[in-house]
Amino acid sequence: MGNPYLPYPVRIDDIVVESEDRNLKTFKFVFLNPGDEGKFAYRAGQFAELSIAGKGEIPIGIASSPVEKGFIKFTVNKAGLVTSHLHQMKVGDIMGIRGPLGNAYPWETLEGKNILIVGGGFAFTTLRSSIIFLLDPANRPKYNKITVIYGARSPGMLLYKDELIEWEKRDDIDMHITVDGTNDSDWKYNVGFVPPITEQKAPHGDADSYAIVCGPPIMIKFTQPVLEKLGYDHDHIILSLENRMKCGIGICGRCNIGRELVCKDGPVFTLTQINQTPREY
Amino acid sequence: MTVITITKTELSDGLAALRKGYKLFGPVAEKSSYTFRELEKDRDPDFSYQNTRLSPKGIVFPQSEDMFTYTLDSTREDAHFLKEAPKDYSPRVIFGIRPCDAKAVSLTRMNFDTRAYRDPYWMGLFEATTFVGMACDTPCQTCFCTTAGCGPYHEEGLDVLISDRGDHYLAKPLSEKGRQLLAVAGWLKPAEADFDKNKAAAEAKIGSSVATDRLASADTLALYGADFWEDISFACINCGTCTFVCPTCWCFDIQDEVHGKTGKRARNWDSCMFPIFTIHTTGHNPRGTKLHRVRQRFMHKLKYFVDKYEAGIMCVGCGRCIRACPVNIDIRNVCGLMNSRAAENVCAEGK
Repeated sequence: MGNPYLPYPVRIDDIVVESEDRNLKTFKFVFLNPGDEGKFAYRAGQFAELSIAGKGEIPIGIASSPVEKGFIKFTVNKAGLVTSHLHQMKVGDIMGIRGPLGNAYPWETLEGKNILIVGGGFAFTTLRSSIIFLLDPANRPKYNKITVIYGARSPGMLLYKDELIEWEKRDDIDMHITVDGTNDSDWKYNVGFVPPITEQKAPHGDADSYAIVCGPPIMIKFTQPVLEKLGYDHDHIILSLENRMKCGIGICGRCNIGRELVCKDGPVFTLTQINQTPREY
Repeated sequence: MTVITITKTELSDGLAALRKGYKLFGPVAEKSSYTFRELEKDRDPDFSYQNTRLSPKGIVFPQSEDMFTYTLDSTREDAHFLKEAPKDYSPRVIFGIRPCDAKAVSLTRMNFDTRAYRDPYWMGLFEATTFVGMACDTPCQTCFCTTAGCGPYHEEGLDVLISDRGDHYLAKPLSEKGRQLLAVAGWLKPAEADFDKNKAAAEAKIGSSVATDRLASADTLALYGADFWEDISFACINCGTCTFVCPTCWCFDIQDEVHGKTGKRARNWDSCMFPIFTIHTTGHNPRGTKLHRVRQRFMHKLKYFVDKYEAGIMCVGCGRCIRACPVNIDIRNVCGLMNSRAAENVCAEGK
């Protein structure tokens, strides 16, 4: 067993500004050591620690998908010390990535099931990873109906716009893009917050349907009763949590919700599990 | 199990011999209290202590510890690459650790040595260390080890246990590591003696206790939502002393420190009593009030840990947090409240 605190060295290969406020950038990394990509085998829903010498580490959901090879991607909101520094870094710069960390969405359980994906804001990253994974020709037949509801404040704040438009055109995924509001008279998708759009567009829940929800706390709070009304059981509602983290491997002690560690036992929990813990997230 | 007898002169000679093969750590008087220090030549441990102010956990888990070093000098090829910080895992002995503190190391190991991950720093120091315990014949008033899964002659986590018999010592080897240490020290004289002769008397001196029997069956959310947390946390000033003196508290922070063009990544003891322990970058803090933080400390030790490991409470009854707390928060009272509340739940549900 190697040192789990030692990141894999990576080089920034590409940087894409994702949002109109320029606060969200997608960083594409390549591993410097040839064997490291294989060691970093991950599943959609996991996260990693982005590590910058001199600044520290930050836990971020993996936005690339296991079916995409040769690189890994993270979409990062500029907020604190590490992410603000990262936003100033350039293609070619060297840093580190430690992971993959945490559990993933329960892909085995979801086989043969209908999947409703509900996302909001920049929490859409691991959901993008999931959608790319699901739409891969090798995986798509294993899953039943896929519905996506994704909202942002405005059209300019939506992540991965080119891909969203591609997915809109496909008939094997039911896309419902929405924005809180817009002045754009050409906007041809939904306008409204995620919870009411979910109520209007999402299929009803049953024993063969699961909902994956990832977004800001306020969205989760108001989406939960909608899903309940639609008939989704608590153990069919899957959430991804965030907490302040340091080690990312269940040792340093700060990210717990009750006995569960968000970094190691999560970040993915069912609502049934979360209902049994103090909601300290 | 053979018991070894050691005269007081032989103890001193043996410690001198041990220094050749081990770094020797032991209790010494410092200002108004006792503490564990590395004992240089001619400095012997001072066994007149009841217990040290800080536990010796820092020998296995240093308060601040370098993990990696790096250079930020872009003219160098290795700029921005993390390199392992130099480590010394040569053999060392903690001589005179109390049984409670040794058991605390065993409890802490459950956190650092898991199926999924092994903390290389903690394990490196742990495996390099031989634990020689000094049985406790004069406990403090605040000790409650005997009801906290431990005791003054408790052997868990020890390689050797020593009992002071006035004019000589008796030593009981408890592991291969312990037998090796006794051989290096030249303590090999077997004794026909009852090692545990003073054990019952020592245990009888432990004057306080905690009841923990109902914690495991208690409902987590009922305990979490109990009305007593407001009272318990009212006086707390979130100074964090309880977590620093606690032998079982293991939480740490990771920080980068840069001087000029060189830097290091280090880890430092941290405390669930501090608001920044859990604050998000957005400013949202899931444990934003002192009530949250005080509750977290006790719920972790007396409920979450109990449920997760099924190895009792995460407390060995050393009483340090009680003695050190500036506002007299007493874990014995809190444990009592939690345990009796757990009982009430059972009654209320008619079970």
